[in-house]
Amino acid sequence: MKLDSKIPSGPLAEKWTRYRSEIKLVNPANKRKYEIIVVGSGLAGAAAAASMGEMGYNVKCFCYQDSPRRAHSIAAQGGINAAKNYQNDGDSIHRLFYDTIKGGDFRAREANVHRLAEVSAEIIDQCAAQGVPFAREYGGHLANRSFGGAQVSRTFYARGQTGQQLLLGAYSALCRQIAAGTVKMYPRTEMLDLVLVDGHAKGIVVRDMVTGEISCHAADAVALGTGGYANVYDLSTNARGCNVTAAYRAYKRGALFANPCYTQIHPTCIPVSGDYQSKLTLMSESLRNDGRVWVPKKKGDTRKPHEIPEDERDYYLERKYPSYGNLAPRDISSRSAKEVCDEGRGVGPGGQGVYLDFSDSIERLGLAVIQERYGNLFEMYERITGEDAYKVPMRIYPALHYTMGGLWVDYNLMSNIPGLHVIGEANFSDHGANRLGASALMQGLADGYFVLPYTIGAYLADVRGKRPSVDQKEFQDVKKEVEEQTNRLVSIQGDRTVQSFHKELGKLMWDKAGMARNKKGLEEAIAKIPEIREEFWKNVRVPGSGEELNQELEKAGRLADFLEFGELLCRDALDRQESCGGHFREEHQTEDGEALRDDENYSYVSCWEHRGDNEKPALHKEPLVYEEVKMATRSYK
Amino acid sequence: MDLKLRVWRQKNRDAEGRLVEYDAKDIDPEMSFLEMLDVINERLVAAGDDPIAFDHDCREGICGACSATINGIPHGPQRATTVCQLHMRHFKDGDVLTIEPFRAKAFPVVRDLVVDRSAFDRIIEAGGFVSVRTGSAPEANTLPVPKQDADWAMDAASCIGCGACVAACKNASAMLFVAAKAGHLNTLPQGKPEKDRRVLSMVAAMDEAGFGNCTNQYECSAVCPKSISEDFIAQLNRDYLKASLKKCLMG
Ligand SMILES: Cc1cc2nc3c(=O)[nH]c(=O)nc-3n(C[C@H](O)[C@H](O)[C@H](O)COP(=O)(O)OP(=O)(O)OC[C@H]3O[C@@H](n4cnc5c(N)ncnc54)[C@H](O)[C@@H]3O)c2cc1C
Ligand code: FES
Repeated sequence: MKLDSKIPSGPLAEKWTRYRSEIKLVNPANKRKYEIIVVGSGLAGAAAAASMGEMGYNVKCFCYQDSPRRAHSIAAQGGINAAKNYQNDGDSIHRLFYDTIKGGDFRAREANVHRLAEVSAEIIDQCAAQGVPFAREYGGHLANRSFGGAQVSRTFYARGQTGQQLLLGAYSALCRQIAAGTVKMYPRTEMLDLVLVDGHAKGIVVRDMVTGEISCHAADAVALGTGGYANVYDLSTNARGCNVTAAYRAYKRGALFANPCYTQIHPTCIPVSGDYQSKLTLMSESLRNDGRVWVPKKKGDTRKPHEIPEDERDYYLERKYPSYGNLAPRDISSRSAKEVCDEGRGVGPGGQGVYLDFSDSIERLGLAVIQERYGNLFEMYERITGEDAYKVPMRIYPALHYTMGGLWVDYNLMSNIPGLHVIGEANFSDHGANRLGASALMQGLADGYFVLPYTIGAYLADVRGKRPSVDQKEFQDVKKEVEEQTNRLVSIQGDRTVQSFHKELGKLMWDKAGMARNKKGLEEAIAKIPEIREEFWKNVRVPGSGEELNQELEKAGRLADFLEFGELLCRDALDRQESCGGHFREEHQTEDGEALRDDENYSYVSCWEHRGDNEKPALHKEPLVYEEVKMATRSYK
Repeated sequence: MDLKLRVWRQKNRDAEGRLVEYDAKDIDPEMSFLEMLDVINERLVAAGDDPIAFDHDCREGICGACSATINGIPHGPQRATTVCQLHMRHFKDGDVLTIEPFRAKAFPVVRDLVVDRSAFDRIIEAGGFVSVRTGSAPEANTLPVPKQDADWAMDAASCIGCGACVAACKNASAMLFVAAKAGHLNTLPQGKPEKDRRVLSMVAAMDEAGFGNCTNQYECSAVCPKSISEDFIAQLNRDYLKASLKKCLMG
């Protein structure tokens, strides 16, 4: 298979500007004749749908929530990066570009990342003009904070609710277009498959989640902004409904899935409290500035934290990484937490937690300072755990947080299926093997506002032939397959609930393909997942029918895809015999336990092609050619 | 702990609904309220019954999807807390909990605890935006915003659009929601040019959706999980009056 990334020629810093002015334009009078389907109403989807509606296209936008405003983007807390250099601290497009490439452990495409850095400043302008209430300084200008992986202060924020405010901005723009009639919104509507006509993506099959009606929608082009796949691990910081279905169905129809093994784990989340746990809540990493991480030295020590004397505590990060201590990078501190818990020294219910202790800082700085710095986080912690972290140490544990992998796209954000575009977390494009904090919001909005609305023209201007009718065989065939799957799910009537399977899959993924991976574990998972899948299709119980609001059915459909996708993720992790970014292979580490990359053999994007159910997928490689940056080792010494 | 639940069950929009009793045995106080419902649902499914349908997604108090009235209080007894963030430790062994959907004429029940809140989207479509085309925005710092205005706008903008305000109001008014949304944009210089039009059309859309009148009881603010202040209602009333007068005078 030929993988053409369609990177424009010319010097890196000029590619986008030049290319943008050369993209074929769709005649304004013709735009309204084109219909575009956007699946997803998160930052990427809402921004794209609104912008393309404004440009004059006819847009149909879909989301599974009851309102587009509730897409998972709403939950992002920290902020959004942009190379504005408002702080006059030497920031620039080039610096943001370089930080992102380096943060991604040299596994992202240069040209895409450079474009992202270029449009970042425009995003802030756009959002401010929409009325996004960014934090301001007393002079009335926009305020910034710093975030991991950067030496400049370039993160814009709206209290701890940046994602919410950016999404409400995009949602308001979307609503304006809905009122103007250029966008038709379909909430509570789930995409269950993609339809290809003559090899081009020309529509989707969806289920109305209230009535259960399954219907087809045809278009001239399709864009997926359906988010990430962290929920393949069951427990993650993602919203419960986040799923891989749209992307995975596209994969099964021929789209390449790139780098599925690149997943990001966040070290400071509130640990699992019991079997019933339904999600994990993220706590800002800033806590590690003043908290000391420790566990008891003794295995199975059940004493209360204050009963454990100082010399019986192991401040393992300070011990192992004396120069970075509690601020050791995300991946290292996550893995260290797992290690001590695996040794049986974890704390809290189930022993899956470590202490983050503020008592020294409170003594040194005073309660008031700690309250001022982290008051809202301590409150959130108390709400969930019922514990007062000013008095007893917090308990934290790493959790799955973000997925860098996604559908493969070229420079135009189009997949290898002509007409199928992929934006936001759902594509693989900009973060390489690891994403920097505050860069996902930036990417979602860049794709949605400033890239796709232009690049989709490159495809549309070339499309020949009429938009197919949904009565065509191609549509009706896919619709039939979707109906059959729904009927199959409700007719099994076995003994196990959907959630019991999700939990089983999630635990396996977390154990074998989580923070640290090795050949043996991955092979075990690859052998085990098909067994779970088989058992699922024999023994799951989905009550009710397909013709009603049926949340168990929704969950079952999503899980069915996760049960296949999990295997793909493991295969990718097995293939990549190096450690890079969020992918840590135990066989490939330095003596100090740091990731060991192998640029000679693995500087490629892994692109997986579906070859049929229960067949091994085929691997295609897009080599990463760096014109500007030299690959270097990330070091924390 | 063991609890007794009385849960509103209604098959669909047109079906009759009723309260059905369930024993909730062995509930861990560390569970969130929705995790408790998950557990009950797992048991219902295992027993061959239909699980209780309820809306939820983020489970961290920000998406505004979760919505249930517990013993008459939208989102339950803990102040400034959505039902997904409410934990069972706030209840005690033997408690009887009546769990109902958010009730309002403008929020028809879709199934069990799930209601249709699309009326909120229609209010935003009527004017809850600043008309700025993508790519046409000026450099952000060319329009400074006094910090206190930005903070006030942010207070309003924290609204998660859950609809608890409507469910708490005996007239099922959406005034707090509309006031928060309009107040956010009307406070900022970016939103000023369209202020009058925005206020008039959002209020009209609210009336058209079948929400009731505000009689200034402020039950809404009391249950709001984000503690949105009733002061925004006063601001909306002022802005509305001004806009209406201007409209009359100018014809
Ligand atoms: C707790 C948390 C905090 C975060 N904080 C930050 C931060 O501070 N800064 C930062 O940059 N990033 C942060 N991130 C990451 C960031 O929020 C996400 O990567 C980003 O918002 C994803 O946006 P999106 O538009 O791609 O997808 P989403 O916002 O996930 O939207 C997906 C959309 O697709 C729809 N959808 C999905 N599947 C289907 C289907 N089959 N049919 C129909 N519709 C479907 C959904 O309804 C939804 O509308 C955070 C993430 C989490 C979990
Ligand atoms: S589930 Fe999102 S606010 Fe409760």
